[in-house]
Amino acid sequence: MAVRQLEVHVRQQPRVAIVDLHGEINSFAEAALQQAYAEAEAWNPEVILLNFEHVDYINSTGIALIVSMLAKARASRRRLLASGLSEHYVEIFEITRLADFMSVFSTEAQALREVPAAT
Amino acid sequence: MAVQGRSWSSFIRRRRRDEGSSPSVLAERSRPVETPPLDIAPNDPIVAYFQDSSGVVDIEHLDLDSPALAAMKAASVRMVLPLVSQGELIGLLNLGPRLSQQEYSADDRALLNNLATQTAPAVRVAQLVRQQQAEAQARERIDQELRVARLIQQTLLPKRLPEMAGWQLAAHYQPARAVGGDFYDFLELSDGRLGLVVGDVTDKGVPAALVMASTRSVLRAAASRLESPGEVLERVNDLVYPDIPPNMFITCMYAILDPDMGKLVYANAGHDLPYHRHGTDVAELRARGMPLGLMPGMSYEEKETTLAPGDTVLFYSDGLVEAHDPRRQMFSFGRLQRLIAEHEQTAVPLVSYLLHELEKFTGAAWEQEDDITLVTLQRSEASMTTGTARQEDGNASSGDDRLLLTEFRIPSELGNERIAMRQVAEAVKDLDLPQKRVDKLKTAVAEATMNAMEHGNKFRPEVPVLVRVFASRASLSVGITDQGGAPSDVHAQTPDLEAKLANLQTARGWGLFLIENMVDELHVTSDEHTHTVELVINLGGEDNGS
Repeated sequence: MAVRQLEVHVRQQPRVAIVDLHGEINSFAEAALQQAYAEAEAWNPEVILLNFEHVDYINSTGIALIVSMLAKARASRRRLLASGLSEHYVEIFEITRLADFMSVFSTEAQALREVPAAT
Repeated sequence: MAVQGRSWSSFIRRRRRDEGSSPSVLAERSRPVETPPLDIAPNDPIVAYFQDSSGVVDIEHLDLDSPALAAMKAASVRMVLPLVSQGELIGLLNLGPRLSQQEYSADDRALLNNLATQTAPAVRVAQLVRQQQAEAQARERIDQELRVARLIQQTLLPKRLPEMAGWQLAAHYQPARAVGGDFYDFLELSDGRLGLVVGDVTDKGVPAALVMASTRSVLRAAASRLESPGEVLERVNDLVYPDIPPNMFITCMYAILDPDMGKLVYANAGHDLPYHRHGTDVAELRARGMPLGLMPGMSYEEKETTLAPGDTVLFYSDGLVEAHDPRRQMFSFGRLQRLIAEHEQTAVPLVSYLLHELEKFTGAAWEQEDDITLVTLQRSEASMTTGTARQEDGNASSGDDRLLLTEFRIPSELGNERIAMRQVAEAVKDLDLPQKRVDKLKTAVAEATMNAMEHGNKFRPEVPVLVRVFASRASLSVGITDQGGAPSDVHAQTPDLEAKLANLQTARGWGLFLIENMVDELHVTSDEHTHTVELVINLGGEDNGS
């Protein structure tokens, strides 16, 4: 089956790098995610926001990739936020306890309102 | 060493009668004189005489009707010392006249008898060593030939199975030790059609492999130019006939599949008839034709059938149906046909199922008599069965009134779990489940399918994952089956996220945990061939909308 490759774009705002994710987060997404995270981190932001608005599939390998990013962010004392997750994946973030370590917001705007408080 | 049935050779060494005593003559006489080898026929009475003798035999006064004895006397042999080991005559030590021209003394005879006692075991050991060396060389020669034959065959068998949307192909080739002449081939023809070839060359080893190789090439060339299977076989027969050794021929089935129409056109050169399974009916695909290479100018009947979704055709070689059990009963066509019909109810691929049944039939100690080739062509039923519920008839674990909503197979390739998600969602849409439940089911299906593809089927695309969706008034269940036969005691442990974030654990390991949290029940069953994860969602209960 043709797999939708993950497309990633990184935007910079004051104190926050926004990583826009488009597609599926599975094992095929590993390289793209690593590259995007490195790009985001290069600006040395206090917060990295993962925007899942255009993500329609996250599997267990994708969860593991997000865990890896979260581990990196914590190691460099950055906050990792998530926005745009569907209700189903919000529940998965809660079940896996990812939501305990990265705040989850409905929209990018809501997440960005949290940035000053996070700094 | 058995004397019976063997021809004896005896080397006779003697010195010249006329050797003098001068230094030059002494030097000369120290050199033994060899006479031609003396052959002793196994039925010559002197063999029995030597075997029963207890020591040195005086040839000069021996009177037997023996050609060997006459030859020995003619060669001036005076004394013979039979070398007997463990009751078997293993050699002779022949002596000519003494140099002194005197008769052999009693001391000479005693010395010779002692010599025989010590020499016979040494000669026997030497003979055994030589015999073993000869046998090892012969075995090595045979093994080398078999390696060559196997190499030829395996080099020419397809390295991969063709991929066609809506169709599944499987092939299994199992050479006998002696390597028969089985072969199969897939030819990708114009317009997306697929040629399927299964054949068997009479004879074994290198000769069969060479004929197989040339037949394969000729058939490929003919198939690229001719449209009709019958014409292809006719052409191959005429090309093969002039060069094939007189005691050899080739049976061969050639079929062309139009995957869009499901049409299979075929012709047969004396090969075992393929079986076509439709539902629970199993029929032979008959078409008349002589084996290739027997007679020139043959024509081949051509037939046609249509494969409906879910239908399977099995092509095979006689190594399967002619296998014997320990009581020398044959596996037989009847048994094969019955097994194909029975296979309808199982989740194991037909090839694996038949090989398992063959093993049960022959027993573990069976030495495979001939090559075994199995090729299956199956039209996927996924597109047909989605949404077309049918009554499940017997092996439902719940024993209730559950219906099979859909059943499909997907190749074990990463990413294909999305197909499973989509088709399961499509199958359950008439149940009007809350979207939240459908999403959870989809995630559970995806994870279970990924596990099946990876851990059960080792990402071998030709080994599919079977997905079956059942519904009853009480529950919805999805069975996901791989060919791993893994242990059934599988339950998720809650991953330790803190440890993962601290890099004390791998970031992975979420699959089973997710599955358990997405469905109401998770059942895992295994047998020696398969491993099935059953995902259950309770319907109509309090948590239906959760």
